[in-house]
Parts: sequence; structure tokens; C-alpha cells
Amino acid sequence: MSATETPQQEAEHGHHPTARDYVNIAVILGILTALEVSTYFFEFGPLGVPMLIVLMVIKFLLVVGWFMHLRFDTKVFSRLMYTGLAFALVLYSITLAALYLDNFSAMT
Amino acid sequence: MSSTTATRPGRYQRPNPREGFISWITTTDHKRIGLMYFWTVLVFFFFGGVQSALIRTQLAQAEQSVLTEEIYNQVFTMHGITMVFLVVMPFAAAFFNYLIPLMIGARDVAFPRLNAFSYWVFLFAGIFLYSSFLLGGAPNGSWVGYAPLSTDAVSNMGFYAIGINALGISSLAASINFIVTILNMRAPGMTFMRMPVFIWMALVTSFLLLFAVPIISTALFMLMFDGVYGGQFFEPATGGDPILYQHLFWLFGHPEVYIMILPTMGIISETLPVFSRKPLFGYAAVVFAGAAIGFIGFGVWAHHMFTSAMGPVARSAFALATMFIAVPTGIKIFNWVFTMWGGKLRFTTSMLFSIGFVSMFTIGGLSGVTHAIVPHNAQQHDTYYVVAHFHYVLFGGALFGLIAGVYFWFPKVTGRLMNETLGKWHFWTWLLGFNLTFGPMHMSGLLGQPRRTAVLPAELGPTVELYNLLSGVGLIILFGSALVFLYNLLASTKKGELAGEDPWDARTLEWLTTSPPKAHNWDKIPTVTHRDEFWHRKYAEDEAGRPVAVPAGAAEDVGDPRGDNAEALDEHIHMPDASYWPFVMVLGLVPLMYGLNFASAPLIAIGLLWAIIGMYGWIIEPLAEGDDDDPLDAPNPSATTGAVTY
Amino acid sequence: MAAGAHETSLGIDHRKLGMWTFLGSEFLFFGAFLATFLLYVQTTAGGPGVEIFDIPFTSISSFVLLMSSLTMVLAHNAHTQGDLRRMRMWILATAGQGAVFLGGQVFEFNVFVREGLTFGTSPFATSFYVLTGFHGAHVFIGILLLLTLYTFSLTGKVKPNQPLKTEMIGLYWHFVDIVWVVLFTVVYLIPELTVLD
Repeated sequence: MSATETPQQEAEHGHHPTARDYVNIAVILGILTALEVSTYFFEFGPLGVPMLIVLMVIKFLLVVGWFMHLRFDTKVFSRLMYTGLAFALVLYSITLAALYLDNFSAMT
Repeated sequence: MSSTTATRPGRYQRPNPREGFISWITTTDHKRIGLMYFWTVLVFFFFGGVQSALIRTQLAQAEQSVLTEEIYNQVFTMHGITMVFLVVMPFAAAFFNYLIPLMIGARDVAFPRLNAFSYWVFLFAGIFLYSSFLLGGAPNGSWVGYAPLSTDAVSNMGFYAIGINALGISSLAASINFIVTILNMRAPGMTFMRMPVFIWMALVTSFLLLFAVPIISTALFMLMFDGVYGGQFFEPATGGDPILYQHLFWLFGHPEVYIMILPTMGIISETLPVFSRKPLFGYAAVVFAGAAIGFIGFGVWAHHMFTSAMGPVARSAFALATMFIAVPTGIKIFNWVFTMWGGKLRFTTSMLFSIGFVSMFTIGGLSGVTHAIVPHNAQQHDTYYVVAHFHYVLFGGALFGLIAGVYFWFPKVTGRLMNETLGKWHFWTWLLGFNLTFGPMHMSGLLGQPRRTAVLPAELGPTVELYNLLSGVGLIILFGSALVFLYNLLASTKKGELAGEDPWDARTLEWLTTSPPKAHNWDKIPTVTHRDEFWHRKYAEDEAGRPVAVPAGAAEDVGDPRGDNAEALDEHIHMPDASYWPFVMVLGLVPLMYGLNFASAPLIAIGLLWAIIGMYGWIIEPLAEGDDDDPLDAPNPSATTGAVTY
Repeated sequence: MAAGAHETSLGIDHRKLGMWTFLGSEFLFFGAFLATFLLYVQTTAGGPGVEIFDIPFTSISSFVLLMSSLTMVLAHNAHTQGDLRRMRMWILATAGQGAVFLGGQVFEFNVFVREGLTFGTSPFATSFYVLTGFHGAHVFIGILLLLTLYTFSLTGKVKPNQPLKTEMIGLYWHFVDIVWVVLFTVVYLIPELTVLD
């Protein structure tokens, strides 16, 4: 796979990742996924959920940063994406919190 | 359009008619699309107005039965849907379409065909919604469509869920288009802080749409799945939570309020400086306040739900946020007032409507703040007080401002001025009729008249009948006033006084080009060196800061874009070609929408296939010459010309 | 990069900016369905709940989708070098993996329905099917786009000097993939740990 890379290419693009970089990222992603799935087979106790969330975030950042080139591209794209993501996280967290509180107060 | 099509090789040509029906069907010209939005809006506004007349007739006296309850529910629901989604929002879209490229010094929007797509989706979704009257009754669950009533077949809300979702697609496509246009197509030298405030507000509005539309889209999908396909999202019997719908709706619904009002605030920020002969007071503050309104607007949605199940902590938090959002709005109002302060005011019709906006919107804003107070809110909820409030912000606010914009930019669009005498008749009757219609609703609401109720109960009759009568009289005046406006609009298009390029001594770029603008807007793209660029080309300042007219010909390039000197003409002006495909693709949406509503798999399949075929036609047709898609130095020209088949 | 990009105010191609803008809004679309699913994760109305998930099976299809992102980015890499042959190979591989994922989802849905989890069984069922179904629809559109790209690279509509076209479809594809990264964890793995105990 590394045959697709030429020295000339590297010189032109400087930081631009190579095919080998992409494969490395994919290997890391595969390992992280295996770790995630291991929570199904082994008991991690209270560590299970935090671990899953951390792994998910790392996988997310790897795909976004390398495969979608956010690390190398203009900041405008990162801002657009993270604005959308932040809105989604904040708004829906508040909504869920409000709904859970309702149900809780309905029970008591 | 440019003459580039004729020379392009290949079997498959793009249409390029200049006149006639086909030229409108296939147009990708932002100005024509803007005009189509405008005229379509007037038609829907007429329908919405007729519905309001029916409502007022029914409520003119207690215990009336002019309409059955069933029809009444359909009428008030369609009135709300029409005015929000088919009048105010697309009215703003008409202005965005027409003005954004002109005000930023561009020749068109970033994606001209997508722009046409947005319009056609809007038109067909509107027709789809109205076709419900013939297909078993219109939606009757109110414009908010609260579950679980709206998931029941009796409410006919399938049309609502699917039609509004289609309108959402239109808005989303348009918002992406405008965001890219504004970020990426500004004339050389037009930095962000040199953009006209209208452009800023268009940008904020587009971002609001971008983030709010997907939310309502999910809510409406859920509604559709529950109502038509047996889903359980909001079904209490199996544990579904109807409050979830309210949250999702208002997560969209409150930003929607600002989606409707911010374009108007932008318009006012252009007209007031022109007619006060002063720059806008506190440009940066107005821009910042607009952005702040957009941002905070996402954090106050639950104040629509104070009377639904919600805890005291949530209520307090949302009450505070709601009071807080009045601050940036107040900043803007003060800025507009200070713009007029000490200015050389010219009371044209447009100016009158602008001042009308500021004052009426302030009233609506103040009654809005009273909703933020939770106990007060509980008293007002679902009464006519709320109806009064939001008509003061949407009619007295948004609509007044949009009409100010019509009077202001009419000469640019048609090359002729609107009749000022009729205009003033229009304004004063409009103002009177509006206040007479909606002012008394504050009172009847506080006295307990419920909204969305087909019959005015007898026990309320004596207390509120007078107010309802006044509202009815006001509505009659509004109808007369609207006729004056319509007549003025039609007559002035043909016989109005010729306007020239700059009838108002205006400030922004669009007044630099001819009236009406040429298809390509500019012979030469202007270079921007100032905020209020056009003003600075006309006037220098003396030592005391007073404007002094620049002698003709002295300014560097004020004459250039006006077109008579052929040297200044850009060598190659590449205008987007017309295209059938947006229209063809959207036709596929029609069977799709009906198919979804009646759970008919064949119709859905036909619609999807049609849309996909349309999309391929769209992709395959050659782009305008000079676009990077069809580079002149294409390495393999034989592949380009020979292989494109369809 | 596209020739026109340097003439724009931000120096970015319109289409790429438009795509990122669209993806920004897509977060709110999937977010709402995901929040709804979380609200209803235990609202099973007596029907099957999260115990119905077959984690090993879904893990494999998730892994396939994740790896399709690799082939996608390699396709783009090949296109930036003007190598359309290699680009086409990777594009087909990506579409194939997408199809495997989608086939897995169809199979999974069939199994669930047979085990008594129909669309209208409970809020849990509805929200699960709608959330993952909309994701599946996105994958399906992605496959259509990839096959279109493949075909047009043969006809000459997509030229060697236009890697932007592959990049755009790639952005969409990777986005669909990261949505699944989140869904796999939040819909399948975490409830499996928490709800079942």
C-alpha cells in the first residue's frame, strides 16, 4: 500500500499524511474497537462505561482529524463541525435532564 | 445570462431561455428566484388572511356557529402554518435571494441550482399542505402540533408533519447556500466588519436555520412515524413521553422566532440610516447583539412549556435566560433610536414602516418579557394575551419591517418608485388596523379568553365581546389597507415614476448598479474600501465630520460599474446557466410526500426514483464554462465531450 | 485542489464549505434521535429490551464500516495523485464494505422482528429502529454516491485532476462512520453494560 507514496508527493504537501499514516490510524482504530468489544466479554466493573466513552471519543477524534483531514485543513471546517456537535451535546443533555427530572418528580 | 452556452461542445446542452414560462421554470438567477418567492408569498398571504377573516367572524359574538368546530380547528391551524412557514419565512428568503449577492458584490449565490431547488420545494410543499383541504381535511392540531393529539388520525397532522419537513429541506438547503455565499463570495475588500448589517443578520438567520431545522425535522419524523406507521414515540400507553415532542418542537420553535425577526432587524438597520442620513449608530453593537440573540435564542425554549410538567429548577433557569435575551434586543432598539436621533429624517413610506416596526416590536417585546415570569406565564398561557404578543412581534414586527423593505428596494427591483401617497395611506391604515385588531387581544386574553377555542363561551361573552368586535373591525381595515398595497404594487410596477440607480441617496452596494440590475449584476465587481461603501464613494467628510458630496467624476471608480464604459467590462462574465433539473427533481417530491402521508409504498418508490433520476440529471448536465468542473485545460478533452451521455 | 478555490473570500472551495456546513447540522439530526433512544432505552412495554442485541455480530459489522473509512481515505489519496485506477479500486472496496454493513443491519432487523421486537412494540423499539434506520439510510445514500463516483470516473465526468469530488463523498462517508462510532458505543455497548445489570 505504501507504493502509492512518492517522495515528490511528500515534498509537495509537507504535513499531508501518507497512505502509511492512514493504515496506521486504521490499525489503532481496530485495536480500540477490540478494546471496546472486550467490555462485553470481560467484567470491568465501574470502569466499563467511562472506558467506553473515552475510547469512543478517541476513535471519533482520530477519524475526524485524519480521515476527514480536520487536523490539516482550515479552522473554518473544525469550527463548523464542533459548533454543531456542541449544540447537539448541550441542547440534548439539557432536554434529557429536564425529562428525567420530570419522571423522577412524577415518581415521588 | 452570458453567451457561453452556445459555444460549448457536447450533445447535452443546458437551456438558456431569456423570456417566457420556461425561463422562469429553469431560472437559476437569484433575482428571479427572489421575485418568485415574493409573489408566491403574496398568494399564501392572501390565503392566510382569508383564514383570519373566518376566525374573526366566528368569534365576533359569543356562542356563534358560523363554522363547525372541525372547520374552525383546520382554519386556525392552517392560518398559523401559513403565516409562519409560507409567509414570513419565505418573505425573508425573497429578500435574502434578491439582495445578498447584490449587497456583497457577487454575481449570484454559491449554488444557483440548489437555490432554485429551495424555491421549488417551498412551492410544492405549500401546495401539498393546502391540498389537504381536498383530501379529507386540513391539519387541525394547531401549528405546534402537540402530541399525542397530533399523532391521532383525527387531527390530519400527517400533512403537517410531512409538509413542514419538506419546507425544512428547502430552508436547510437555502441556509447552506446563503452561508457559503456570504462567507465565500464577498467582493474584494469587503471584510466581515464592512458587511451591511442586513448581510450579518442573514448570516445569523442562516446559522439558526442550519442548527434548528434538523431538530424540528426529527420531531416531525417522529410525529409521522407515530401517526402513520404505528410508532410509539409519544404514545403514553406504552410509556412514550409527549413532553419530549414539546421539547423538540420548541428547541426549534424558539430559534424559529428569531429566524423570523432577524431578517427584519437587518432590513431596518439598512433603511433607518438611509432615511436619517446618518450611519447606523453602533454598528458593532448591532451586529454583536444580533449574533447574541441567535446564540441565546437556543437556550430559552422551555419558557413555552412552563405549564407543562417541568421542575422548579428548570423553570427558574429558563425564566432567567428568557429575561436575559431581552438585553441584546434592547441594545438594538436603542441603536435604532440613536440612529434617528439628530438625523435628517425623511418620512418616506419605507421610513414610516421602519419606525412602525421599532415601536410595535417594542410593545411585543415588552409583553414577551412578561411571559418570562413563571406565575404570570401560568395565568397567560393559551389565552389571547399570547396571541396578542406574538402578533405584535410577527405582524407588528416582522411584517412591518418586511413591508418597509418592499418600499425601500422596490425601485431597485423594478426601476420605478412606488406611489408615496398610496404608500402613506397604506401605512396609516395598516398601523390603525393592526393595533385595533391585536391590541384588544391583550385585554381579552387577560380576562380569560382562551385561544384555539372554536366558540367564545357565553359566560365570557359580555366581558370580552367588545374586544372581539374591535378586532373584527381592525381586520376589515387591514383588508382594505392590503388592497391599497396590492394596487400600489401592481400599478407602480407599470406606471411608477422612474427611479434611477439611487433614488434614496443610499449607502450600500446594491444601489451602485442599474435598476433593475442586469442579469450579471455588475459589469465590474466593485472593490470595497469602507463600510457603507457606496456612501463613501459619493461623500467625503469635512473637518467637522459632515458629509460633503464628492464632485462628479472625482471619485475613483464610482462611475465604472454603471455600465456605459465598455472598457470596464470584465472580459469573461460566467453566469450560471438555467437548468430544468431542480424543478424536475422536486416534482419527484410530490408523489413522495403523498406516499408518505398515505403509507403507499408504490408512490414512495416512484417519488424516490424520480428524485434520484432528477439528481443524476442535475449531476450530469455540464456546468458553466470556466467552472473548475469543466476546466479549459482538461487533460483529457475527448473524454469530456464524448462520454457525457444521458 | 479546485481551481476556483483561490478566488473565494476564504480561499476555500464552495462545495467543501457547503458540505461541512451540512455536516455541522447533521449532528443535531442524529443527536435528537439518539437522545430519544436514551430516554426510552428501558421503556420496553413488556417487549424485548437491549438484551436482544447480538454484540459479537454488531461488532463485526461495525468493524467493517470502520475499515471502510480507511479504504475511502485511500481512494482520496489515490485521486490526489491522479491515479484513477487505484481510486476506483478503493471506491469499490468502500462501497462493498458499506453494503456488508447494510446487509448486516437488514439481517439484524429481521432477527429482531422475529424475536418480537416490531416497529410498534414499544417506544424503545420505535426509537431504536428509527435511529439506526436513519443511519442505514445515510449509508445507503453513501453507497449510491460511491457507485456514482465510480461510474463517472469511467465516463470522464470525474477527472484525475478533480480529487475534490472524491474528497466530498469521503467527508460524507467518514461522517456516517463517526456517527456509527457513537451509536455503536451508546446504543449497543453501554446499555449492554448498564441496563442489563
